[in-house]
Amino acid sequence: MTWYPHRRIRAVPDGLLGPLGLLLCAGLLEAAPRLGLVPAAYLPPLSETAAALADEAAGGAFWSALADTLRGWGYGLAVAAAAGVGLGLVIGGAAPLRRVTASTIEFLRPIPSVALVPLAVLLYGTGQTSTLLLVVYASVWPVLLQVLAGVRDVDPVARDTAAGFRLSWWLRLRHLVWPTTLPFLMTGLRLAASVALILAVTAQLVIGAPGLGREIARAQAANAVDRMYALVVVTGLLGVAVNAGARALERRVLFWHASVRKEAAA
Amino acid sequence: MTTRARVSPPAALARRGRLEVEGLAKTYRGKRRTFEAVRDLTFTVEAGELACVVGPSGAGKTTLLRCIAGLLPPSAGAVRLGGEPVLAPPPGMAVVFQEYARSLFPWLTVAQNVELPLRQKKLPKAARHGLVERSLAAVGLADVPGAHPWQLSGGMQQRVAIARALAYEPDVLLMDEPFAAVDAQTRAELEDLTRSLWHELRMTVLFVTHDIDEAVYLGEQVLVLSASPTVVLDSVAVDLPARREQLATRALPRFAELRAEVFTLIQRAKTYHTAPPAGEARA
Repeated sequence: MTWYPHRRIRAVPDGLLGPLGLLLCAGLLEAAPRLGLVPAAYLPPLSETAAALADEAAGGAFWSALADTLRGWGYGLAVAAAAGVGLGLVIGGAAPLRRVTASTIEFLRPIPSVALVPLAVLLYGTGQTSTLLLVVYASVWPVLLQVLAGVRDVDPVARDTAAGFRLSWWLRLRHLVWPTTLPFLMTGLRLAASVALILAVTAQLVIGAPGLGREIARAQAANAVDRMYALVVVTGLLGVAVNAGARALERRVLFWHASVRKEAAA
Repeated sequence: MTTRARVSPPAALARRGRLEVEGLAKTYRGKRRTFEAVRDLTFTVEAGELACVVGPSGAGKTTLLRCIAGLLPPSAGAVRLGGEPVLAPPPGMAVVFQEYARSLFPWLTVAQNVELPLRQKKLPKAARHGLVERSLAAVGLADVPGAHPWQLSGGMQQRVAIARALAYEPDVLLMDEPFAAVDAQTRAELEDLTRSLWHELRMTVLFVTHDIDEAVYLGEQVLVLSASPTVVLDSVAVDLPARREQLATRALPRFAELRAEVFTLIQRAKTYHTAPPAGEARA
């Protein structure tokens, strides 16, 4: 019977396609330098990078650099989230305030965080605080803008309901405005988490603040190409983990939201 | 006891539930155009009465209801609840909206939704839980307090909204086309539920609808509105037996007469502002 023409039988099950792609990519990275397609001096075979990674993992310097990067990322993101949520709720809650601040926000937001590197160095030297400043500046905007959008998204009927039952300012904030804003905030946080990681590594790379970025710069300076690649792979893995974590958090917090509950309702 | 006496309402309640609308007008003023939605509405719903407001679509029924609820400031005139002017949502008033899915909070469970207004009333926890339980039982939803609204059918969701209003123990219950978005069978059930709850609790109910049958079946009084800009065309007293039943009541000759009367008024309502003087139309 051919009632379900869209249900073709596939040679490879869906679940295996992702791992298969990774495997192919790894194979390519291993084969290309060995076959001389790319010079091994610039792109060592994957197995050498992996060996360098294992070496790194055995030493303490790597772990403290990783910890520094995670700390810069985490603290920066926490400060940015708190500031973004606080400012967003206050500004979004008052229409005049929103209009007054809109142009300023639109001016400050597009300034690339990296352009603030000289300022950060001037203020805080080459320490962790410089990293923090850049991370906070870059990641506060996605959070702030999303919260501003979320606060405006409160359903008029829900607003009337809350007003009709004379709910106080606090109950409305806690049970209406905040949950309405949450889906927006989650998107903002996910974007901010990625941006924060980029900026953390960038700051360490450019300023020389302690962390994975500085280790990458040092490996490059020492011509330890395999070690450099190993560290780059680690930052990539961090990015994947951050994104996966943000998505998992989103699913947990927004179980009631239409985008999540469809999967759950069935 | 947190619930009030159910058989004969005390005198204080009788005063509290009286709803007076006097010379109410609402004109929306935009930058480009002004729109006169409600011109002049005057009527009274006595305490403990169930009155229906019916009018052609676009008759400003929702505007009227929002003004009465204190959610929208009128341009002129006054609303008084129990003698007190309504300038903001008053205590002792609950609203059931047509859009139940938007009126209930999806992030709260059914019980939490019903409980939320009670927390504003600063009732102790035990009293809140008692009210939540009783109200959910009263609308036939005793078994789903832990569910989320979106896991329920449309009719059940509107029951939750009704339970939330009941738990609030209002003197006046405003219902804005509450059953317009549910299917016919559910609608009949919810109509009977509304009647029986009103019978039991004896609060004032103002029920806004566009459905003539529903207005006659439910109300003790039917207020017929004109098309916008709205005025009250007439008030029809419904002298049907107090105990109403979907099949038997609707089969009564008196039901058909009342229905025809309201229907004729509605036909006139549509052209009220363009037709020749009323004397001719009455002929």
